[in-house]
Amino acid sequence: MPAKLSRLAVVGLFFCAALICLPMADLATAGHDPWAELGRMARGFMTPDFGAVEQIVWAVALTIAFAIAGVALGGAAGLALAPFYRWGPVRWLAIALRSVHELFWALLLLQVFGISVWSGLLAIALPYAGIFAKVLSEILEEADPRPATWLGKGVDPLTRFLWARAPLAVPQMLSYALYRLECGLRSSAVLGFVGLPTLGYQLDSFFKQGDYGAAGAVMAIYIALIATVRLWMRPRLALVWLAASVAVLTQVTSPPMGSGAFWRFITQDIIPAPLRQGDPAALWPWLWDLTTSSILPGLGATLVVAQLALILAGVVAFFGQVLIVPRITGRVGTWAGHMVLVVLRSFPEYMLAYLFLQVFGPSMLPAILALGLHNGAIIAHLLGRQARDLTLRADAPRGLTLWGWEVVPRLFGSFVALCLYRWEIIIRESAILGLLGIATLGFYLDDAIVALRMDRAICILIATALVTILIDALSRGIRARIGAGQLRQTNALPGQQARQATGC
Amino acid sequence: MQLLDGVDLGYGDAPVLRDLRLAVTPGQRVALLGRSGSGKSTLLAALRGALLARDLRVALVPQDHALVPQLSALRNVLMGRLDDHGALHNLRTLIRPSRMDRDAAMADLYRVGLAEHADRAVEAMSGGQQQRVALARAFHRAGDVIVGDEPLSAVDPRQAQALATQIREAFPTAILALHDVAVARAFATRIIGLKDGAILFDLPADDMDPARTEALYAR
Repeated sequence: MPAKLSRLAVVGLFFCAALICLPMADLATAGHDPWAELGRMARGFMTPDFGAVEQIVWAVALTIAFAIAGVALGGAAGLALAPFYRWGPVRWLAIALRSVHELFWALLLLQVFGISVWSGLLAIALPYAGIFAKVLSEILEEADPRPATWLGKGVDPLTRFLWARAPLAVPQMLSYALYRLECGLRSSAVLGFVGLPTLGYQLDSFFKQGDYGAAGAVMAIYIALIATVRLWMRPRLALVWLAASVAVLTQVTSPPMGSGAFWRFITQDIIPAPLRQGDPAALWPWLWDLTTSSILPGLGATLVVAQLALILAGVVAFFGQVLIVPRITGRVGTWAGHMVLVVLRSFPEYMLAYLFLQVFGPSMLPAILALGLHNGAIIAHLLGRQARDLTLRADAPRGLTLWGWEVVPRLFGSFVALCLYRWEIIIRESAILGLLGIATLGFYLDDAIVALRMDRAICILIATALVTILIDALSRGIRARIGAGQLRQTNALPGQQARQATGC
Repeated sequence: MQLLDGVDLGYGDAPVLRDLRLAVTPGQRVALLGRSGSGKSTLLAALRGALLARDLRVALVPQDHALVPQLSALRNVLMGRLDDHGALHNLRTLIRPSRMDRDAAMADLYRVGLAEHADRAVEAMSGGQQQRVALARAFHRAGDVIVGDEPLSAVDPRQAQALATQIREAFPTAILALHDVAVARAFATRIIGLKDGAILFDLPADDMDPARTEALYAR
């Protein structure tokens, strides 16, 4: 890559790539009458039916319990890894853990533990440990170094860490842990779609029964849950919540797994078939077949979906940022804009895609819409906040003139950087959406798991992780070259915005 | 002690102070005076390095205090002696200081008049109180020399005189950058004036007169 890239050229490049992808995308809504279905759904959502409230309350309790216990476990592991994050093996472990999405972890863990508490708990804790390790190490590095310097050379590392590094980072760490808990609530709910007893499971079963009233109730409760996290989760109460979560989780009964499932999984199931059968020569043909029949088609579809979704997200963000700037849309407009963005941000991509799939039927369209709207809303929210904090001259224009002449040019760098941050996440998520039947990498992964071909599943998973890491590196490279690599320095709370930009 | 012998001090390639020679005899109380940017902090850092190189125990009061805002005043004071103990002892002290450690730290907080604020977090304190915590930490550390960069800048003049007396009683030797000429004259045995990257004068505190002060702070 050249040492410097123009921002407009980058945007143009991404647009061209999307245009090339467009003919390859399957956007048909064949055999479906989306509007009739949408009407039935809307009626259901408008009149939520809380009749099944007992089931829903238990699912809510489990959703919260999985989230809190999973985030706590992941956070503790991440905290233990964070001081050693500079050490290669720890860093690579953390990268490997977080490059696999929690739903993929869940699919693997279900093979080992079955539908048990541990599958859900570890599916959240493992990737979160990798994320926590990275972010907590950054927070520790950003903390004021002067007290540690004052201590001088005579003090041992543990004392230095506990007295002069950790206390300085605690407020940032707590605020990040709270943010992660919001992500955990989303993850935990979505884990229901692969069979764990959380809100996603309820939503799925109500949809399958066509009971849109009950589904509407689940979604209303879900939004309320996400919107109020910061009211009910206080650092002081964290231990109480954790104890309650563990208590709830112990109530979950799960069918017993045959003993030795874990051992069989790592010593037999995931060994490539040719090696297991003692025929190493067949390994290359096996890999070739896997690559051409699963990985490459899956990767192609993943990239097509992600590219179109990225453009949609960019368009949503470009225009959506005006929604929450009072000088542009007025007080009422800002309030309405906040509502729209909060709803789109609260629902995980997976849930949105699931909804759109019910409306439009199986094609790439639901995935692209879900990814584009959700990520666009996140970028719009972050940009809108920046726009509100801009120092404007007293006689600055209002309304759309302000948007065109001040907001867009001033925040264009941020806009491109945020889109690039979300790029990697959109790629990960489009792979995941394959579990819904869209032919991205997740589809082939699910296929291999259903056929109990764990060796193939693992290879597809590794390919997915590598693509994610590659896109992350590419995005970082482009950001550095458009002069937007450092989002963090412009923020009062250092690093926070960059973390939210790359978060859930 | 010949602490500095013909060195250039500064950041990177641009020396703030050139060809510096400085000796300090044990028992001396040295005050550094000069406008901001005259190189006091740079000189103090170099002197501290030289003292540490001679295996002396140095108690430092940095200009920015370098306290841990989230910890209580008491624990910040206890930080003064962490390098005397092992990790386990320090961990125990962090969780719950022993009676003896607590009493010793309380005595040092009492000297700066903050005994009743011992368990308050430093971040909830005023600038002057924070500076006194940093001083108490140096008292708790104790040692051969105290090196302080404007350690009395945020307290009122009367308090400054009282704290200067405390410093004189606690440390045999002292090197302090000060901004108040009156405090410097009352406290120090020797006053060094810094101007434009060089030592303007270096004389016994009694020889300090208004004309020299005028020359030192003139533009």
